[in-house]
Amino acid sequence: MKKIQILGTGCKKCSLLAEAADKAAKELGIAYELSKVTDLGEIASWGVMFTPALVVDGVVKVAGKVPAIEDVKKLLA
Amino acid sequence: MPSPVKHKRHPFLKNFGLGLAGAILWWVVYRHLGTTAHWLTFRVFGLAPGTHLAAAVEFFAFEVPKVLMLLVLVVFGVGIVRSYFTPDRTRAVLAGKREFVGNVLAALLGVVTPFCSCSAVPLFIGFVTAGVPLGVTFSFLISAPMVNEIALVLLLGLFGWKVAVLYTGTGLVIAIVAGWTLGRLKLERQVEDWVYATKMRVSGIGEEHMDLAAHIAAGHEAVRDIVGRVWPYVVIGIAVGAGIHGYVPTNAMAAIMGKNAWWSVPLSVLIGIPIYSNAAGIIPIVQALLGKGAALGTVLAFMMSVIGLSFPEAVILRKVLKLPLLLTFFGVVAVGIMVVGLLFNALL
Repeated sequence: MKKIQILGTGCKKCSLLAEAADKAAKELGIAYELSKVTDLGEIASWGVMFTPALVVDGVVKVAGKVPAIEDVKKLLA
Repeated sequence: MPSPVKHKRHPFLKNFGLGLAGAILWWVVYRHLGTTAHWLTFRVFGLAPGTHLAAAVEFFAFEVPKVLMLLVLVVFGVGIVRSYFTPDRTRAVLAGKREFVGNVLAALLGVVTPFCSCSAVPLFIGFVTAGVPLGVTFSFLISAPMVNEIALVLLLGLFGWKVAVLYTGTGLVIAIVAGWTLGRLKLERQVEDWVYATKMRVSGIGEEHMDLAAHIAAGHEAVRDIVGRVWPYVVIGIAVGAGIHGYVPTNAMAAIMGKNAWWSVPLSVLIGIPIYSNAAGIIPIVQALLGKGAALGTVLAFMMSVIGLSFPEAVILRKVLKLPLLLTFFGVVAVGIMVVGLLFNALL
């Protein structure tokens, strides 16, 4: 079970990243659990200074941009 | 049988050729915007010269494509430059820097580091917990939203390069001086207590290697993202500006926003603080006001206050700053903007 977290305060890019991660995980056919972290203190505690960010199993993979689906797949695999 | 490799052109040369062709096309179109706007207004729409409507329509037909074309060009360039800077690198440069030198660097890096006001809080926490002095952090937070490529393009397109340089220069000076002043005031205890207590996890992203193609792709991405977001503001702002340009009598603004009305500078700043608009929406409007007798200093001050300080930003920053510090921050920046406005009205 992959734990996917999207860090972001709810800007447009944050939902785009959540959609991309959701789609990528479905296409890979992996078991996953997706959640959003919107609390600013918690976002900062990940060391992320530029939202949105993608966290997979507790590790920050991308910050500040929405990668292409193919790139998200690589980060999830 | 010829090798298929021979038919494959070198991708760099191909892209370079495409880029060059695009640049030439851009230049040719740009040079003809004036005649096209004239032709549209008087030939296609058949408007009578000298009327209010004709003046407004010609202004709109000329300025909208001009500003959008400049926007695409500059955002593309800045997007490439920005892909060489990341918040993490900027923080590493600023951590532990002495005051003043740190303030200057922070103000300059604020221009080129990618920034979005929705990330202001994580960025603030990331900076101060990594040992960037508070005043230096403020210099960054002032310059990042105020001095940006969108403001630069609109000022360049609508006011000319002198005002664009003036705005950028004074914006940086305000960021440096206000940040330095805030640092001198020793307000660290006025930062919300949990901020310094934030435990940082180790980030999993290493330095990402980008080749030239990736940097150019970042420029394309910036154009798609920023121009895609900002163009409605440009169109609406220029439409309002065109209305003012065509219909408001010349010198109508002289009495309330003119040079002799010194009180208009502080008033403009105060009115501008709660208003939030990005540069794209506000600059065409103030440009039209300038044409109707408003003084440059007043107009600059109003613009800076609208772009640099806003109510939504205050709400976001309240999460990390206690009220006295938040008010001091806004107060120091507002005073800086007023001084700039008064100075320009007195000198120019």
